[in-house]
Amino acid sequence: MTSSLTEPAAQDQLPGTENRPSGKGNGSQDGNPNLFRLLLKDRFATVSAVLLVLIGLTAVIGPALMGDLATKQNLLFANKAPFSLAHGWEYVLGSDSLGRSMLARLVVASRTTFSVAVPAVAVALAVGSLWGVWAGYHRGWRENVSMRIADVIMSFPSLLLAVVVLYVFSPSAGNIVLILALTRIPIYLRTARAESAELQSRTFVDAARTFGARPNAIIGRHVIPVVLPTLLTLATLEFCYVMLAESSLSFLGIGIQPPDVSWGLMVSQGRQYLQTAWWLSIFPGVAIVVTTIAANVLAAWLRIATDPAQRWRLALPRKRLIARIPVKEAKP
Amino acid sequence: MSEPLLQVDGLCKTFHVAKSARGNTRLKALDGINLTVGRGETLGLVGESGCGKSTLARTLMMLETPDEGTVTFEGTNPFGLRGKELLSWRRRVQMVFQDPFASLNARMNAGDIVSEPWATHRNLYPSSREREARVRELLHMVGLRPSDARKSPQEFSGGQRQRLGIARALALNPDVIILDEPVSALDLSVQAQILNLLNDLQQELGVSYIFISHDLTVVRHVADRVAVMYLGRIIETGATEEVFDHPRHPYTAALMSASPKLDVTGVKRDRIVLQGELPSPLDPPSGCRFRTRCWKAQDICAEVAPEPRVTAAPDGGLRLAECHFPLETVKGLTGATATAG
Amino acid sequence: MKTAAQSVLPGQSRAHEVVLSVRALAVDIRTHRGTVRAVNDVNFEARAGETLALLGESGCGKSMTAKALAGIMDPVCDLAGGEVVLNGTDLAALTPKERLKFAGPELGIVFQDALTALNPVYTVGTQLGEAFRIHRGLGAKEAKVQAIELMERVGIPEPESRVNSYPHQFSGGMRQRILIAMAVALNPRLLIADEPTTALDVTVQAQIMQLLRKLREEGQMAVVLITHDLAVVAEEADSVAVMYAGNVVECGPVSEVFSDPRHPYTKGLLESVPVHVGRGARLLSIAGSPPELHDIPAGCVYQSRCPLVQDICRSERPQLLPVTDRPVNDRPVDDRPVDLQDDADDYAGALLSRPGRAAACHFSEEINNV
Repeated sequence: MTSSLTEPAAQDQLPGTENRPSGKGNGSQDGNPNLFRLLLKDRFATVSAVLLVLIGLTAVIGPALMGDLATKQNLLFANKAPFSLAHGWEYVLGSDSLGRSMLARLVVASRTTFSVAVPAVAVALAVGSLWGVWAGYHRGWRENVSMRIADVIMSFPSLLLAVVVLYVFSPSAGNIVLILALTRIPIYLRTARAESAELQSRTFVDAARTFGARPNAIIGRHVIPVVLPTLLTLATLEFCYVMLAESSLSFLGIGIQPPDVSWGLMVSQGRQYLQTAWWLSIFPGVAIVVTTIAANVLAAWLRIATDPAQRWRLALPRKRLIARIPVKEAKP
Repeated sequence: MSEPLLQVDGLCKTFHVAKSARGNTRLKALDGINLTVGRGETLGLVGESGCGKSTLARTLMMLETPDEGTVTFEGTNPFGLRGKELLSWRRRVQMVFQDPFASLNARMNAGDIVSEPWATHRNLYPSSREREARVRELLHMVGLRPSDARKSPQEFSGGQRQRLGIARALALNPDVIILDEPVSALDLSVQAQILNLLNDLQQELGVSYIFISHDLTVVRHVADRVAVMYLGRIIETGATEEVFDHPRHPYTAALMSASPKLDVTGVKRDRIVLQGELPSPLDPPSGCRFRTRCWKAQDICAEVAPEPRVTAAPDGGLRLAECHFPLETVKGLTGATATAG
Repeated sequence: MKTAAQSVLPGQSRAHEVVLSVRALAVDIRTHRGTVRAVNDVNFEARAGETLALLGESGCGKSMTAKALAGIMDPVCDLAGGEVVLNGTDLAALTPKERLKFAGPELGIVFQDALTALNPVYTVGTQLGEAFRIHRGLGAKEAKVQAIELMERVGIPEPESRVNSYPHQFSGGMRQRILIAMAVALNPRLLIADEPTTALDVTVQAQIMQLLRKLREEGQMAVVLITHDLAVVAEEADSVAVMYAGNVVECGPVSEVFSDPRHPYTKGLLESVPVHVGRGARLLSIAGSPPELHDIPAGCVYQSRCPLVQDICRSERPQLLPVTDRPVNDRPVDDRPVDLQDDADDYAGALLSRPGRAAACHFSEEINNV
């Protein structure tokens, strides 16, 4: 190009860009800063991440370390209170009415819990979001039909559905996952549809249409990256719900079958002993809550960290987060 | 003017909306639009909000489907095209949007934004090296640095973002660019930079512009010809100077008169201040649409919609105005002021 | 300049009395990058029956100034100094509670966005009558009568039937009229209009400006018009203060400032308007963009974009000083520049003096030789 075009280039660059805070090295310049470094700046998110890694490791390698402790009955040590090393390390969290180690049972149950909850949430998330984004983008009859289907699933008592299906088919882990996923799909479907319907009217989506980009390409490029963080946050909340739903199925005898054990099952089994041995249901309950909160905090952090427009909030000193009023006035 | 590049004939677009006061649910956003754009020419499109400017732009971009009328671009009607032919038509007409903040996806960096059209038009720059070189060239053309390609939109100012939007529109080497209020969101000093850039690009690339704006000063500066819209119709067209200096339609005269002038001589001009507001497009007035606010309106205006009157302008170009009682000269304008005041 | 100050004409009436006098106003904003100065050492005066325009681009601090005047700043903004003297009372020294007495009877404000400035769940009659109920202690019925009268005053057709309508039932122009009616309900001495027509179409904008002019003349109000539109300033305002990056860089009567700008920024703005150049000709744009508030340079605020920049501009910030008079043949007698400082010193006698011309530039004399 000739000079007439390059002239404004030189001018415009003068102050605006050069005075901009240049960030530390390449990190913030290429719009994809080091997530790990950002994570370390947020104390809550760091703690949550560490907790989740620990819980994950427990679920993966814990059961092997515990051997048969979780199933070994010892009636001499039945209903021992926790926080005492008098009966050996395995009873530090107490024991149940059959004298089994609570610690070992919690560790073994973590694997079962995750092997049901994680796939259930993942399947519901994947199906619900894709369906919702598709329905919201196209609007019209696709949206209407999808929303009515969601309404039907939502209004049908999910427990009844589960009972019917699990009585007819065998109550295997796979079936539990499918039932739990099916009943939770509408949650993602509705959120994804609402966000997608709003996004499809945005100008940058219009811009993509003027290039002739196909709907699926636009959904993949412009809609899903924006919707996904919200849906992931939702999924971490759903994680808690699914664990508890699984426990109620287990309570009815159509969920996880003993001698397998899950956190939810432990909560429901321990409920009748709440007066005499509180630790039977409190400890697995705490495990569920801690996992959920950690996942939720991390997801909320991730949502901000992956949004370029909000990322700066994580880079500032925590005290000033409250005073996060934009500097600029409203445009004239 | 030689063979027009883009020709629009009798374009109509009706939206179905919730009921209006009179129970009408059909909003006629475009009602028989005719216009032509020549190669390398700038057509200015002015009008108040709700007059259908943006709907016209969206229809020309095929974001809306017209109910009636044809669009002819180099002899073909794009609404009849499918598949590959449609895609290659898309390449020829591009658009720059008003809001430089909403029109760029905040999650992409500048390079991705500019090269986004090539994800659809893969054969344009097949190799990634070609694409990178072209991104650098485009950024340079619009006055940004090649190193800016890795920045995200938040790191740019409003004017720089609009440059990015222009670079994206140029990525497919179009023949026509529709500029929908490209500078109205920008500050005055930045606005001048962008207008200069658009002018330079036109000189360089020979591209045609359809320049939509409510700012008459800006339109007067950039446009070769002007079309004035009111309630879904083009009520006056002609060469820019002709329309601005000798408006024939009363609405054009009022519009010109209402827009504030940067005139410091201290002489207070007589202004036509229109009474009332734009009627709802849901229930447009019968006959001439402007009659409810027009000071020259007579009985015939309520009964018969005026036919477009074509006159030859002094410079040989065509003037067109839809009015039963078109203004004759500038003198007619001052006479009108007394009645309107 | 002293001579100019004494050349006061006896024929001037109370109409040009100083209603609002702002001295060394400064506003700080607390941000995540530390405290920044959004408005720095701003001085101006507004006179009865006249319009003062605060002109500037987005982010220059003009809206912040207006909010500081009205005492409605965001919680992260602090008044860092200065006086806002309205009719002899320094508003800046009052507690927020004492200030409430002034909002309405003394000071009215019109916002840009009429839809968000009105409460959607109350009828416009209720909202218009509120001022009378609070400040005059009127009952609901009497307030409604006043509201109808107000609506008539601002040119809303059929006020009796429309007084019970809700804001969304009005068009943009009518909503702006309602907002203006609320601001002038108690005949304030000062009206602050923050971009009152920016969101409106040209033909409606002309109507609203006409209305503001009419109300100003009827009530001898002082109007502070905040805008970014040079043409609106040229048509509506008597005097202008041009703001850039939180500072007033030039002020004076509009006709003088616009015909003979003494600050390169004012000159650059005027040249950016595509009016005087031929179609398609190059516009003389101002290169670059305004500095971010957190790194405003030490010297002149305009140094990074100024074509005249010298070493002294980088080291020393120019003060807003009176510019020397340049003879203009047909200038009216009472428009002669006056030293700003003089105005401040004898406030009592200030009713007879006129706003002077001043510019904050080391080279304000050489501007036109560029």
